[in-house]
Amino acid sequence: MKKIWSFLTKRPVIQGFWALFTNSRLGNFFNGAIYTGDLKAVCVPGLNCYSCPGATGACPIGALQAQLGGWKRGFAFYTAGLLILFGALFGRLICGFLCPFGFIQDLLYRIKTKKKLRVPNKLDTRLRYIKYAVLAVFVIILPIFLVSEYGVSTPWFCKLICPAGTLEGGVPLVLGNPDLRASVGLLYAWKITLMLAILTLCVFLSRAFCKYLCPLGAIYSFFNRSSFYRMKLDEGRCTRCGACSRVCPMDIDVPHDLDGPECIRCQECKHICPHGAIRSDFAAGIKHKEASGHAAD
Amino acid sequence: MGCYNPNMNKLRPYLKYALLLLAAAFLAVGILRQEYLAVLRKAVMICLECIGIG
Repeated sequence: MKKIWSFLTKRPVIQGFWALFTNSRLGNFFNGAIYTGDLKAVCVPGLNCYSCPGATGACPIGALQAQLGGWKRGFAFYTAGLLILFGALFGRLICGFLCPFGFIQDLLYRIKTKKKLRVPNKLDTRLRYIKYAVLAVFVIILPIFLVSEYGVSTPWFCKLICPAGTLEGGVPLVLGNPDLRASVGLLYAWKITLMLAILTLCVFLSRAFCKYLCPLGAIYSFFNRSSFYRMKLDEGRCTRCGACSRVCPMDIDVPHDLDGPECIRCQECKHICPHGAIRSDFAAGIKHKEASGHAAD
Repeated sequence: MGCYNPNMNKLRPYLKYALLLLAAAFLAVGILRQEYLAVLRKAVMICLECIGIG
């Protein structure tokens, strides 16, 4: 029983289960259609295109752009409420466990290559700000202000950048739907090229899209230090051996930045730590004010 | 990215409760305004922009 539980709680198993659960309309992959039921009114927590044939829920970034689009619609209370709820409860735990595109990136990084990339610290820190610019410009500003004369706006992030939309929606729908196949053009070529570039980069650089481009990760990063779910370092037990930082898929300096905006709460550091100096749970947030020397577990 | 404001740290334990309340309030307003229907309308149609055609 313990072995089964241990297997079921492994991160790739949870990620795989969640990716399948949120894309469970598998039959649609064969007929080039999408699910059109009422569940699509609810946003899933991770980046998962609602035009993926299997998708059972809405993409929060797509929904946010759709709701913000145009002056007359006003603020997107519903989607913002869901994003705040997810963020306040879990922070970027969602990136680590409940994002299908994050799972795809993790799988790609498992591909064995002669050398994996590591971006120099200074450059890496600067590049990580790009995702905030993507969020501000492509998800918020352009959809609000670039509106057609009929009041229709474009989801600019989806249209120009989102590799998840291309991979999960664009490729299967164009392959399975002859009408859509006849409509592909320059934009499709751009999106396929960008998607391939990002996916290739993810083979060499862990979670490259999450680190530098993902607007959803940018949103959840604002909640990481105030969410119910927290990660905490026991300073008394930490020997600064560096094992945690070496396994971190987000390449953060774990003893310094654990639970910071870039931490996706993947638990890799917690599992590798030989001294049990890292704990993570909802209680870690409640007991945030505790002295760091207290016993963990 | 790791700057701390000591006063902010004192408030931080309470911030999550405020966020939860804010989320509940936003969701209530959004549901009353039937914004979920706008999400549903967008999500049940193939988003041509999302897939690189529109």
